[in-house]
Amino acid sequence: MAIKTLQKVMEAKIAQGEKAFVAYIMAGDGGLDSLREQILFLQDSGVTAIELGIPFTDPVADGPVIQEAGLRALEAGANLRNILKTITKFKDEIHTPLVVMSYLNPIIAYGIQDFTKACEQSGVSGLIIPDLPLEESTIITSELQDTDIALIQLVSLTSPQKRIIKIAKAAEGFIYAVTVNGTTGVRQEFTEQLEQYLANLKKVSQVPVLAGFGISNSQQVKEIGAMADGVIVGSAIVQAFHDGNNKQITELLNKQSM
Amino acid sequence: MVKTIEQKQAGRYGKFGGQYVPETLMTALIELEDAYKEAQQDPAFYEELNYYLKDYVGRENPLYYAERLTKKLGGAKIYLKREDLNHTGAHKINNALGQALLAMRMGKKKIVAETGAGQHGVATATVCALFDLECIIFMGKEDVRRQALNVFRMELLGAKVVSVDQGAGTLKDAVNEALRYWVANVEDTHYILGSALGPHPFPQIVRDFQRIIGLETRKQIVEREGRLPDAIVACIGGGSNAIGMFHPFVNDEDVKLYGVEAAGSGLETGLHAAAIADQKEGVLHGAYMYVLQDDNGFIQEAHSISAGLDYPAVGPEHCHLHDIGRVKYEAVTDQEALEGLQLLSRTEGIIPALESSHAIFYAAKLAKKMKKDEILVICLSGRGDKDVQTVRDALGGINNGN
Repeated sequence: MAIKTLQKVMEAKIAQGEKAFVAYIMAGDGGLDSLREQILFLQDSGVTAIELGIPFTDPVADGPVIQEAGLRALEAGANLRNILKTITKFKDEIHTPLVVMSYLNPIIAYGIQDFTKACEQSGVSGLIIPDLPLEESTIITSELQDTDIALIQLVSLTSPQKRIIKIAKAAEGFIYAVTVNGTTGVRQEFTEQLEQYLANLKKVSQVPVLAGFGISNSQQVKEIGAMADGVIVGSAIVQAFHDGNNKQITELLNKQSM
Repeated sequence: MVKTIEQKQAGRYGKFGGQYVPETLMTALIELEDAYKEAQQDPAFYEELNYYLKDYVGRENPLYYAERLTKKLGGAKIYLKREDLNHTGAHKINNALGQALLAMRMGKKKIVAETGAGQHGVATATVCALFDLECIIFMGKEDVRRQALNVFRMELLGAKVVSVDQGAGTLKDAVNEALRYWVANVEDTHYILGSALGPHPFPQIVRDFQRIIGLETRKQIVEREGRLPDAIVACIGGGSNAIGMFHPFVNDEDVKLYGVEAAGSGLETGLHAAAIADQKEGVLHGAYMYVLQDDNGFIQEAHSISAGLDYPAVGPEHCHLHDIGRVKYEAVTDQEALEGLQLLSRTEGIIPALESSHAIFYAAKLAKKMKKDEILVICLSGRGDKDVQTVRDALGGINNGN
């Protein structure tokens, strides 16, 4: 299996002694028209990759901030098809890897084959499907095999070591280390086991380990970033864009280069 | 030839079922599967379960010959499996009891559950009171409104009821919120899913705990009539009473099985809960099933006068039984269900739940077409006390139900 672009980009960043930073946005929040602006803003701010959330009616892994953003995006008429189509229009301007985060049902409704093709056409380099555990991933892995699209595997605090090893073996792009038991969104505190959990993942994994869920301020970005190869920030960025407070995003990013 | 529905792969019913859940829940599902397998090998587990089913729930409940209804319709002999006579008034307690015992085996002292009509919530709150388990129930805000009495019943039983504002505030939204809660509290909490839905092993566990409905029916009808029935009818929301009733008869080809979905305002209006009739496959709440959805894969709201059928999908085993043609799935509208409710109330003095009324209406139609020496069993899944207000509103009080 050839190493995919997403992983190479992550590894290049880490090789410079820096931490990877993945920014999540809810595609269509603020209308599809604002998608280009948001992506280019994050790109100019120097994020390592951009996670493009696809709105869904029943986002069971998400907390209130992303749920509400999803509802706004749904009301604005965003869906998997028109989001990918929109991206394709300005893909030449995008040099930062795009990772699509979608629940499984919209992908099934699109058709797995057609969806994969559309991802390739719009230059998507990674895929996160929060309700697709390793056991069920064959529904899409055969389609992704000959593409440059990495299927990101998630590991959780509840995953036992044997399972972690199995997931790490299948991992491509990066491993998404879920840092809380719960949904996405701001957390004040993290478990004391976090450091050990991330250290173990880094030891087991051949690909970079990025921590995500609940990471929402520069202090957390710095502290948790130090334990992993990088972080994923979602709700805080989604909220900042919604509030028109882009400065806050720049601040989050500047603090993390340590 | 005997059709087999043995699962080729764990948790798969043909192409349906599976485990489409966040990674955080996978370990809990694997633990649950292991605990259940272990319990299945332990006679003491069933001894305890059967003790409570008998002395607490009141099983076995009767298979009642509905003589007046039979005469009125002039066709097949009609029997009612009286799940409405169970403690708490519906079949839901069979599963809640089994899963609570399973949770205790796993050392879990906290229970989360979703509820639509409130019957599963009441059943869960009841067993939690019985076994001193902490209990939190998620219920859509629309259901909280239309089933206010059940909310109070759950609170009386010591449960915490959380009203869910998201979406249309019905069963689907309550499941979403219960799943989110479970993800956050998975280490000490068991999720008592109320229907034959969700990720493996839930559809199997719920079915197994509900199979008692079909097993008793089988024994009772043979005692009474010396043979198996010609047809069995049950209503389908997620499908737990139906799968429990059908499963022991699936290999008896001569027994025709009918599942009745909620057609709401009518299939042609789009305002219904009949996912099998709609024929769109997809993933919701952890399983691959028939799911009401639009072309973008966004889940659509279900519509039914009965809160217990108001769910946009049907459990995976039913989807498979449909695909192999073993069970025939029909749909009955709100209006027709109200007719069914009145029919049984007046001919037999039994007010059925709105859910079960769907089965009654369809069975009445079917019975007329059957011969007098044929036998039809209806699964009377619950009693209608909880629905009296809804029914009064629907009938407008104009003709007092006449």
